[in-house]
Amino acid sequence: MKIPVSAIRLPTRPGREYASRFDREQSLLKMLTIPIASVILASMVTSLPIFSAGPLLPPFGLLMFLSWRLMRPGLLPIWSGVPFGLMDDLFSGQPFGSAGLLWSLAMLIVEIIDSRAIWRDYLQDWLIAALLIAAVLLGGWWIAGLAHAAPNPMVLLPQITLSILLYPLVVRICARLDSWRLAT
Amino acid sequence: MAPPPHRRPGFSRKAQYGLFVTYVVAIAGTIVAALLLTISVVDPTGFSALRTFGSEVTAPAARVLNNARQSSQKITHTVSAYIDAASKNVTLEKELKASRSALIEAQALRVENARLRSLLKIADEDAQQVAVGRLISSTASSTRRVATLSIGRNFGVERAQPVRGPAGLIGRVIETGPTTARVLLVTDSENLVPVMRASDGLPAFSAGLGNGLVLIKPLNLGESPFKVGDIIVTSGNGGLYSANIPFARVIRKTSEGALGLPFADPANSPYAIVMKPYLGAARAAQQAIAPDGETKEIAE
Repeated sequence: MKIPVSAIRLPTRPGREYASRFDREQSLLKMLTIPIASVILASMVTSLPIFSAGPLLPPFGLLMFLSWRLMRPGLLPIWSGVPFGLMDDLFSGQPFGSAGLLWSLAMLIVEIIDSRAIWRDYLQDWLIAALLIAAVLLGGWWIAGLAHAAPNPMVLLPQITLSILLYPLVVRICARLDSWRLAT
Repeated sequence: MAPPPHRRPGFSRKAQYGLFVTYVVAIAGTIVAALLLTISVVDPTGFSALRTFGSEVTAPAARVLNNARQSSQKITHTVSAYIDAASKNVTLEKELKASRSALIEAQALRVENARLRSLLKIADEDAQQVAVGRLISSTASSTRRVATLSIGRNFGVERAQPVRGPAGLIGRVIETGPTTARVLLVTDSENLVPVMRASDGLPAFSAGLGNGLVLIKPLNLGESPFKVGDIIVTSGNGGLYSANIPFARVIRKTSEGALGLPFADPANSPYAIVMKPYLGAARAAQQAIAPDGETKEIAE
């Protein structure tokens, strides 16, 4: 049987029609920059014109960072919590170094969990992320209280809940970015 | 997902050392971050240059998006004005008639007030405005309530200047950059504002609660004298904030004072006015004659 020409799926991108369809390699630049840029851009969300009465906006930088770490273990180096956290401190309004310390501790904790619970499913990852998000937000509250007067910790409850519920969405965004990152 | 194989480097010494080094770097980095944090807790101004850099970099995007947000708010406002327009018009006309006579009375009172003040020779320092800007972003994910202002040193904005909106007091400037400034909002726990009840001048202090409300504590001991609906204005005590800036409305009475909802909502303020510190000249003169010595004013 002859296959009609129109049934052959053309590559979506123009200009690829005469390029080799096999033995292609991913772009190294894309592989490296997409995780880094996504975490930094997620940290920058706080500088958009979003005004809330209390701390309500989820820490998108942390969510993105944790989902890259839990979804692709070994992609981000163990020490990457420090630079990403310090970058987040520039935009979050917390005392400088607060996220640098807390994100790095979160990274080390995930590393310890990785050596104990090797095969995990998605719900367990979500549980780990939920505990870490709550711990980092409470730690940030405590650190802000060291330097300045701090409000009642109950103001954090809505933010913690919202962040935990938004984690699956951020993992899905991460997964889409990952498939784009590894696409040839 | 299982950890990737690089965690088990096998018998290769090089790979084992490489893995070990990453752990060392991670722990060293954590310690460095803890040191940086200690420095910024001890000296909060230390890293303000870095934060300013951060807000300067993101300011253009924030400005554009803020303009878009404001114009979309305007559109919804215009559209909603058409709903039920006739009955709204009737109520507004009634209110206008009532307020016209009140306005005339107020004008007469103002003239009388000026005359009495000139008789008493009270030198009144008017609150002069420095510049007018917009709030372009806020720390919506942190427990600190800090907003970014669209103008900075280029318009003469300096630290410790009060900021108000058309509806009421917004906060005070804590850091300035070349084209942006950071404003500590009145709802931050750190921001204490001397206030009074508008009806009888009952003196009180306001402290932010970090959740959009302020706690108003009267200076006098005893049962809380506030009632729901009381209007709170700044008292001008101690300088910095000039008197009679609308501040908050009492929404609940508590055992030690009252909870107030600030009039100025940073999300809905069309503009923010930066003002000169109230009685700033008097304070400077006082400092020149008798400096406080040890009491150094600590920046944010």
